[in-house]
Amino acid sequence: MQLRKISFNLVAFLSCFLFLAAVSSPTMAQGPAAISATTIPESELIQPADLAKTLTSGSPKPLVLQVGPKVFFQEARITGSKYGGAGSSAQGLQLLEKTVLGMPKDQYIVLYCGCCPWNRCPNVGPAFARLRELGYTNVKVLYLANNFGDDWVRKGYPQEH
Amino acid sequence: MLRPSKKLLPLAIVLASLSLAASPAPADPAQLLHKHAPRFVRTGLDGRRIDLAAFRGKVVLLTFWATWCAPCQVEMPRFIDWQNHYRPQGLQILAVSLDDDPEVARSLVSQRNVNYPVLMGDLRLARAYGKILGLPVNFLIDRRGKVAAIFQGESDPDKMESALRALLNAR
Repeated sequence: MQLRKISFNLVAFLSCFLFLAAVSSPTMAQGPAAISATTIPESELIQPADLAKTLTSGSPKPLVLQVGPKVFFQEARITGSKYGGAGSSAQGLQLLEKTVLGMPKDQYIVLYCGCCPWNRCPNVGPAFARLRELGYTNVKVLYLANNFGDDWVRKGYPQEH
Repeated sequence: MLRPSKKLLPLAIVLASLSLAASPAPADPAQLLHKHAPRFVRTGLDGRRIDLAAFRGKVVLLTFWATWCAPCQVEMPRFIDWQNHYRPQGLQILAVSLDDDPEVARSLVSQRNVNYPVLMGDLRLARAYGKILGLPVNFLIDRRGKVAAIFQGESDPDKMESALRALLNAR
């Protein structure tokens, strides 16, 4: 049993290593470069309670874009938000560019995903970086520590289904 | 003696199915605990039909995952190992990919020699299982088709394996 566990751990480690090596290899690198959500400066984050307050107050509303999986967006989304394309895919970033095309560079934009715990999210980092590259100066990212379900939907913040 | 009218039987069947369809979807995966796992029939990535009901009598580990989900990648080799090891005792792992593009899932499944059926999820399936709004989510379903345990997010694999073994040992 012990031997099985050790050999399993070894196989698991090697599999993860090979997977990560494969996804970062040029042959699989059809998507954008991986940018961790943790690279987004803290000053550019917005907390769920703060965004919820903004959305329910009379103050000007930001453009809220979901940059995660489409099924999640279809299941539940922040009230008034739009699907901006998954930030971890090239097609997703193209859609994001198209969505903001022609908007003023100081447009207040909030990006969110919540597919996985914050430090594992593959989507918000590339999406944030792309908007910055395009010259957008007023972009915030919604900090969802665990996921969209736990940190927004089940907290009863403004949502559409 | 009261006998059900033959004329009313079709109506009763229709009403029964309507009430089933109208039953509210759970608002959270946790609400499915100790309830019957919602049935689904889909075509797997390999073209084969997957009907959850066909696995009654087996212990099913139903995993919602995606290629972009890092914790799911960590679980995958473990699940492959479990499927090999516990198959004779009646384990069947079923995976539901929530990737937008089936080709991405297909490619990874083939690359990693996944030894259990994988199907593409959709809005209906995700809603039936309590709104899957964060991955991974794993449901352990007992031999009678009831959800016996739910693991959301990054879970302790030893705990999951213990729960799995307990279900496999329960006859």
